[in-house]
Amino acid sequence: MKRYSVFAIAREALRDHMGWERAWASPEPKKTYDVIIVGAGGHGLATAYYLGKNFGITNVAVLEKGWLGGGNTGRNTTIIRSNYLQDPSAAIYEKSRSLYETLSQDLNYNIMFSPRGVIMLAQTEHEVRGYKRTAQANALQGVATEFIPPARVKEIVPIINLDGPRYPVLGGLWQARGGTARHDAVAWGYARACSAMGMHIIQKCEVTGISRENGRVTGVTTNRGDIGCNKLGLVVAGHSGHLADMAGFRLPIESVALQALVSEPIKPCMDCVVMANTVHGYMSQSDKGEMVIGGGTDGYNNYTQRGSFHHIEETVRALIETFPMVARLKMLRQWGGIVDVTGDRSPILSKTPVDGIFINCGWGTGGFKAIPGSGWGFAELMAKGHSPLCAEFGLDRFYQGRFIDESVAAGVAH
Amino acid sequence: MSTRLATGGRLLDRSRALEFTFNGKRLRGHPGDTLASALLANDQMLVGRSFKYHRPRGIVASGAEEPNALVGLGEGARFEPNQRATTTELFDGLTCTSQNHWPSLETDIGAVNTHLARFLPAGFYYKMFIHPRPFWKHVYEPFIRQSAGLGRATNPGDPDRYEHFHFFCDVAVIGGGVAGLQAALTAAEAGAKVLLMEQTAHWGGRAPVDGGDIDGQPVAGWIAATLAKLQDMPHVTLRLRCMGAGVYDHGYLLGYERVADHTPGTDAPRHRLWRIRAGQIITATGAIERPLSFAGNDIPGVMLASAVRDYAVDFGVSVGDRTVVVTNNDDAYRTAITLKKLGLEIPVILDARQSGGGALADEARSMGIRVENGKGIAKVKGGKRVTAVAICAQAGEGALLEEIKCDVVAMSGGWSPVVHLWSHCGGKLIWDEAHAHFRPDPANPPKGASGEGFVIPAGAANGADDLASVVADAHGAGQAAVKAMGHKPKGKAPEASTLPEAPMQPVWLMPQGAKTALRMKAWLDYQNDVKVSDVQLAAREGYESVEHAKRYTTLGMATDQGKLSNINGLAILSDALGQPIPQTGTTTFRPPYTPISLAAIAGGARGPVFQPVRKTPMHSWHEAHGADFEPVGQWRRPYCFARGEEGRHEAVAREIRQTRESVGLLDASTLGKIIVKGPDAGRFLDMLYTGMMSTLRPGKCRYGLMCNENGFLMDDGVVVRLDEETFLCHTTTGGAESVHGHMEDWLQCEWWDWKVYTANVTEQYAQIAVAGPNARKLLQKLSNDDLTADALPFMGWLEAGIAGIPARVHRISFTGELSFELAVPASRGRALWDALLEAGEEFGVMPYGTEAMHVMRAEKGFIMIGDETDGTVIPQDLGLNWAISKKKADYIGKRAQEREHMADPNRWKLVGLETLDGEVLPDGAYATAPGRNANGQRKTQGRVTSTYHSPTLGRGIAMGLVHRGPDRMGEVLDFPKLDGGIVKARIVDPVFYDKDGEKQNV
Amino acid sequence: MLILTCPCCGVTGEETEFHQGGEAHLKRFGPGSTDDDFHTYMFAKENPKGAHFERWRHNNGCGKWFIMARDTLTLEVYGTYPAQTHEPPKHIRDAITAKRPGWTWRAFA
Repeated sequence: MKRYSVFAIAREALRDHMGWERAWASPEPKKTYDVIIVGAGGHGLATAYYLGKNFGITNVAVLEKGWLGGGNTGRNTTIIRSNYLQDPSAAIYEKSRSLYETLSQDLNYNIMFSPRGVIMLAQTEHEVRGYKRTAQANALQGVATEFIPPARVKEIVPIINLDGPRYPVLGGLWQARGGTARHDAVAWGYARACSAMGMHIIQKCEVTGISRENGRVTGVTTNRGDIGCNKLGLVVAGHSGHLADMAGFRLPIESVALQALVSEPIKPCMDCVVMANTVHGYMSQSDKGEMVIGGGTDGYNNYTQRGSFHHIEETVRALIETFPMVARLKMLRQWGGIVDVTGDRSPILSKTPVDGIFINCGWGTGGFKAIPGSGWGFAELMAKGHSPLCAEFGLDRFYQGRFIDESVAAGVAH
Repeated sequence: MSTRLATGGRLLDRSRALEFTFNGKRLRGHPGDTLASALLANDQMLVGRSFKYHRPRGIVASGAEEPNALVGLGEGARFEPNQRATTTELFDGLTCTSQNHWPSLETDIGAVNTHLARFLPAGFYYKMFIHPRPFWKHVYEPFIRQSAGLGRATNPGDPDRYEHFHFFCDVAVIGGGVAGLQAALTAAEAGAKVLLMEQTAHWGGRAPVDGGDIDGQPVAGWIAATLAKLQDMPHVTLRLRCMGAGVYDHGYLLGYERVADHTPGTDAPRHRLWRIRAGQIITATGAIERPLSFAGNDIPGVMLASAVRDYAVDFGVSVGDRTVVVTNNDDAYRTAITLKKLGLEIPVILDARQSGGGALADEARSMGIRVENGKGIAKVKGGKRVTAVAICAQAGEGALLEEIKCDVVAMSGGWSPVVHLWSHCGGKLIWDEAHAHFRPDPANPPKGASGEGFVIPAGAANGADDLASVVADAHGAGQAAVKAMGHKPKGKAPEASTLPEAPMQPVWLMPQGAKTALRMKAWLDYQNDVKVSDVQLAAREGYESVEHAKRYTTLGMATDQGKLSNINGLAILSDALGQPIPQTGTTTFRPPYTPISLAAIAGGARGPVFQPVRKTPMHSWHEAHGADFEPVGQWRRPYCFARGEEGRHEAVAREIRQTRESVGLLDASTLGKIIVKGPDAGRFLDMLYTGMMSTLRPGKCRYGLMCNENGFLMDDGVVVRLDEETFLCHTTTGGAESVHGHMEDWLQCEWWDWKVYTANVTEQYAQIAVAGPNARKLLQKLSNDDLTADALPFMGWLEAGIAGIPARVHRISFTGELSFELAVPASRGRALWDALLEAGEEFGVMPYGTEAMHVMRAEKGFIMIGDETDGTVIPQDLGLNWAISKKKADYIGKRAQEREHMADPNRWKLVGLETLDGEVLPDGAYATAPGRNANGQRKTQGRVTSTYHSPTLGRGIAMGLVHRGPDRMGEVLDFPKLDGGIVKARIVDPVFYDKDGEKQNV
Repeated sequence: MLILTCPCCGVTGEETEFHQGGEAHLKRFGPGSTDDDFHTYMFAKENPKGAHFERWRHNNGCGKWFIMARDTLTLEVYGTYPAQTHEPPKHIRDAITAKRPGWTWRAFA
């Protein structure tokens, strides 16, 4: 792999950029691999990357039905934070956030992690208590957050309206090292690094069946032929139920649409991420200048990547109350993604009833921020059969009633 | 230079002049002008700077597809960034400024980027700025952010008004050109209720500019006549300035009407969002001309051929004296012919087709215009304005044949149907080889609730390319729409004629063999600065999917969302990958068609009516008496009633003292009240609550816990048995609606044969808690009924007259004091409140707020849903086993609570926490345990759920959940503080005050 | 924005009039049931790509719960029927079969 640098750019500029090599190869599938990961989104690619980097397992194929990074990795609002309440969540999200800090250097690909800070607004007394509790929990979890008063919120976000007629801002949970990253670049960077390790990323390769023998996985059937494997990782978000079905088990997962929108680009006016959970809206500003806005999910099961417009209305209303200046901005584009939501809205990183098959899904509305941590933990789980980061996220928790519920701290999770 | 012609301008009212300013320059235009046409009439070709290289940008189009002419419009609170000049109607006093430059439009420091362009190819930022690590956030990114971003937003709130409008019709026609008019007429004549909307201020689209005859009369006359017919039909609604913004599932159509953008400051709403339910939607949205990709095609003065024609015919504007036309189709000849007729010079028409044009080409030649077949532009010369073009053979690599001086280049690469609205909701496209464009695939329309298609494309939006086929297609669309709606189609399509046209020929790069140097100057996306070479680089680097290429290069991601650039970029990508265009596919079309204001999306629900506040009958009294409100669900409840200079803390302490020592009042009206009635009501409540309710006797009250089926405690409250068949269930303030829904869910979906009715009567009753040692004395002053402990024991209720108002009086207590909760009809609530205050004067009666209530209940060790519970807590955790019936075989949540983790004796359980030094434990603090877990986190063994300063006890009190807490009475736990200290607290009984309940039971 | 027709009051209205209540035709397992049965009842959702039976409440209308058969890939509505049924009516199953031959949903087809 030729390294990216300002010198490489200068060198290539002199030959009209004709010398750049492919970011990732486009190989034909082999007959068999040690590990097959289904799903070349952020989580799948990160899993493959850490299998190689941390465990030396590089005989790996990542199979992708469409184009890599084309699911929720490329459709989210790019927020990165780890101010979660429950220990298992804080552990994996903080691992993830800390990996993001150096990911550009690790991958030699600028994923533009920008620790611009994340504020979660407290707009009821109940939320104030909830976020104070989170700050206490975070202190013991090694997550740097603090509960800040309204004046400090205003200092950090001058465009905010503290005295909304309906829900005044009573404070906020501030994570200074939260932020955003360039979502596509995360997938591309991991893909390039995986490819450089000799792994195969095979796009337009749809898995249509999963073969088993004596309760153990042996391979997959695809539109590009049968491919064998020793271990199979399913990392396909909203399509998890569909693949689990092929392997003969069911998941506590439902797929719903999550919508987002961007405004036209404007000059920098807000240098952090603000989330207002009481009114269901959150906003940040991209490097292009667009205000990136998201809200809650639609209520009904859906695979269309479209949602109902009234959710957009509600989100925009909430944002205008919080940031009156956005009223005169215009919505440039709205879109939807399909998120997979579990029974406790926390993810599943788990062994399955089938030997050799592992599943990583259920990230719901919060998957992007978890990509490196999820990949790190899931690779460990697949390689060693156990990972402290994943331990609490097993499928068995739904049988035992051992839920990981974050809704106490935040009305909506992102 | 560009000027206003002496005559002409179909849309202008030359009798009046309008004044406006651009970057402080005072300029003049006429009613009918767009801002773009007025700027051109004043020779203002340079209007902005591009996103990345800060290249000079001029107006390139005449409509919604314009990528360059974006200005900051207006001033102060009405300022709006990124307004498209081509769709902004000129009005008197308009002020605007250009964007994305410093210090000025003419001299922009950022333009240095254009000289660095070689070092800033597509995706350069992914490959650099990697080291040193902190530099991205602190050095590189701020610089990139500052140079991107286009316009500025201003901070003040928006003074304008916006509204939503609901509309229902059989057929909604989007686009008021010839196709839209014809489709609407066909549908309306068959009896359908029709809405016809047009995004501009004029009917007829571009047909009047292009000419032709319909039904034997010139097209302009036909438009007027058709419009008159439609206006006469009562079942037809016509709207100008109303854009079809988005098509959504189940036939939901969003219209965006710019009611008063052109008349700012009037009383009218600025924008109106139409929420339309249409049986069928006809998209008569026309087509957009494509640019050609040649070097220097971004220099101001290079424009779409149709736009040059529009400015001349519609606005009487000549954008230059010498216009070179370059085309791959016949349509662009119309521009040359039009300009020539106006006396302007056309040095040459460069027709990239070897075979040349048809009848229009003959006409051009006959007018003496030089036409060169098989030729193209190698390069445009100029900086802030075109000065000349270098001509080459289209087939070659760009060897210079001749240089021709000119100040305008009118280009046409063919036309792309506007398929956005067709595609928003899943309509598929097919590639039309002959016209080299995507058009709607009739076999795969967007499908509605019924599974049938609900969008029908018409005219140019459906790929029709001449007037006759446009009209015929539109008539067919109108017929199909009414048929789908169950009407009988009527009438036949009018006859139309224009000159026949020779086939176009796709030209994706000019010249065909252009070398790198030229490709690096051939722009695809003018706003985002994406060039042919960028897309080719993306393909070389493996960004092969059309979405990858788009995202890597930012092609089509600008404010025009690729209206001009997408197909050209797609063709370049396909060529680079060596595959046909349809195999590459398109990116996804997402709403809105053009950007719409966020304020319009919010509509009227802003400020005080953003979310309406629910108010108790006593709300206005609270407001008038210093209530410090807190939002609780949809309500606002007084947190406390501050007096004079008092702070919150003092007010709460005073309210508690008064209540504990004498008597206080709480407005408890927000508590949920649900009537459950019927022969099976008791049986039903036995399932709903963990405790036994069927054994409750009329006249009695019982505290109940409600779990969800997953076992977690979701609500609590007092259940009152009103009579044999009737219960009244109190819920938490926030829970009323959800608990009622929960009840109905189980009644209707699980136990539907049980004879039970429920009714949520929360707002039918005002409820007042009268609490304190003097509570009975106070009530007895207002009542002749017997309220003694014998007549009304603790946890009993009776009906009594209080102050002459019939009231239900409950002996229940959330404060631990002697307490009565009075429920009266909502309309009498305020009267009762006033009477209690008046009669209580001798006891110093005063209202107390939610915080005093919280503190008093905590002093008593009563749990609060939302504090002691958080969705992860079961009743068994809270020492509430006494409220869980052992006799019942089943209740909602019982099975769930049998699961391993929930039955585990090692759960955290409720205890009281008493700090050793009397200080108040911090909110949400955790008790640490020795060591760290496998993920390096500090281990914990408990947490604070409620913590207060108790004025009654003069010390901090708290409740918390602690690992095996009740077994560990007396143990001391460490609660670290965020500032580093540790608070030590002892595990104690959670009841801090009146452990034996002597005060409440008198 | 979906359009729903309430089979109880007959009103056809916007999605905002209704409240979604998750998968329909669940068989409740109470005390005494096995962990597997209880888990299946609570968590193992069908979540199909295709026909989905789901509960809705006309909460800003007549207040009644009902069941809707809807396609999660196209959002086509196959029909609505009262909640007081143990299985989808035949005409709705036929309508689904017409669009998605060979479909199954738990025990239904």
